[in-house]
Amino acid sequence: MTTAMVEARGVRKNFGVIEILKGIDLRVEKGSVTCLIGPSGSGKTTFLRCINHLEKVAAGRLYVNEHLVGYAERNGKLYEMKERQTARSRLNAGMVFQRFNLFPHMTVLENIIEAPVHVLGRPRKEVVVEAQALLDRVGLGDRGSSYPQELSGGQQQRIAIARALAMKPQLMLFDEPTSALDPELVGEVLDVMKALAEAGMTMVVVTHELGFARQVADQVIFMDGGVVVESGPPEEVLDNPQQERTKAFLSKVL
Amino acid sequence: MQNQTPVPDAKAFETQTLTGRASADAVAEDSIPVVPLKHPVRLVLAVVLIMVALSAAWDVAVNQRYHWDVVLSYLFAPQILAGAGLTIVLTVVSMSVGIALGTVLAIMRLSANPILSTISRGYIWFFRGTPLLVQLIFWYNIAALYPVIAFGLPFGGPSMILGSANVLITPLGAALLGLSLNEAAYMAEIIRGGIGSVDKGQYDAARALGMSGGKLMNRVILPQAMRVVLPPTGNQVISMLKGTSLVSVLAISDLLYSAQIIYANNYQTIPLLIVASLWYLLMTTVLSFFQNKLERRYGRGFDSAPRRSRKSKTRTA
Repeated sequence: MTTAMVEARGVRKNFGVIEILKGIDLRVEKGSVTCLIGPSGSGKTTFLRCINHLEKVAAGRLYVNEHLVGYAERNGKLYEMKERQTARSRLNAGMVFQRFNLFPHMTVLENIIEAPVHVLGRPRKEVVVEAQALLDRVGLGDRGSSYPQELSGGQQQRIAIARALAMKPQLMLFDEPTSALDPELVGEVLDVMKALAEAGMTMVVVTHELGFARQVADQVIFMDGGVVVESGPPEEVLDNPQQERTKAFLSKVL
Repeated sequence: MQNQTPVPDAKAFETQTLTGRASADAVAEDSIPVVPLKHPVRLVLAVVLIMVALSAAWDVAVNQRYHWDVVLSYLFAPQILAGAGLTIVLTVVSMSVGIALGTVLAIMRLSANPILSTISRGYIWFFRGTPLLVQLIFWYNIAALYPVIAFGLPFGGPSMILGSANVLITPLGAALLGLSLNEAAYMAEIIRGGIGSVDKGQYDAARALGMSGGKLMNRVILPQAMRVVLPPTGNQVISMLKGTSLVSVLAISDLLYSAQIIYANNYQTIPLLIVASLWYLLMTTVLSFFQNKLERRYGRGFDSAPRRSRKSKTRTA
């Protein structure tokens, strides 16, 4: 059995009295692509943010690369990590957001080299060379000196992917990466993601693009109401769902 | 690795074809002459206003009672220059302390700790809620409340009114205290607004890249907050520069007080007020110039698009 990149056991999360995640169990194998699908409010995005500890897990265990996220376990107790430790542990995972969240006051190149230089403390020259290679890889090699606002949504999202990759993460988290894009720009972002999956990157993708899920995912997880309703390979979950709720959701989306 | 062909910027592409088509129409062989819309009312108003401005300027120039010769003779008088210097010192020191303390107060106010945020709130409530003039006079008379601690005890009490060099220190200290503490309350609110204006997604993105604490603030949040903080801060600096004239009530020889001392002797009130005003105008002009430069520096990545559209507008007009 391969080791899991992400393993969740009974993960719970609440905002005040509203329980968003009601016990999530799942595994993401190394080198695999997992797509999280489901209606809005089902907890997909919250779960994804928990993997990166942008949200604190309220109960249950969540492991990334066999390390407990956000807590240190000693003498049968969980100690909440300090902000700095948490920040360090986040370096395992790169994250891509629905609204891109590029730094608007920096050029494209500055966006990409920011964290490698100022968080990892690597020499700027070396990082710039790598950043240029990443820009070429996402098809924007000539846009290094532009500001994000001068680019289209699809271009911004591809830059955001390059920015996350510059930290050489072992895992990439995508939070509805194409939901804020004009329809004709979705393809260019999905192409970059497909290439990334083919290169063997472990990916967890929250998405409404079922075509992408069918084509690229090793595992599709359908969530609703804060629980995993159904999971398995795309041909099972998407084409031959067993649960009524999954069927109802797919019939509305397709 | 997959070879991706660059996709042209969709928006630029659109505008290009649109403007291209428009200019093609204009030079078409059956082109129709375009008569621009006339604005007669605007024209008349402009002429009237120019006439009013010119006649006012002419009147100011020839009216003997302005005593321009007196203005000129006092413009570079040593007392006036020293007063202007002191005004600058008061402004720089009070503004620096105000910004530093204001930043601390803003971060306290945004803190999750209710004690810190309440203290900050109380401070702002008090110093914004009482007149600056009252605060200045209060600090000036602080010895009446605390005659014992005053490190300025040797300078305290009625001996202040004497004219020795030491005398100046306590009123100046009172002025700096009053101006700085008052300014901090206003700056705290401006900085808090600036920090609050930064999109929450920026925190997520910075954290996901492994940033935390000071690095996140200094590299990502504050540079973006600056864009929102600068215009009102420029306002504050300018009103501080002029607000320092309030300290003339503490007998501090700032620019205005220096002018007042002179006209108390020679009764040339208006010319000396003009002298002071000219210096205030010059100083605020210089400040506005630097404010513009700073705003452009911190507007990078934000204002590039509007500038471009303005250019294209003038071209088509």
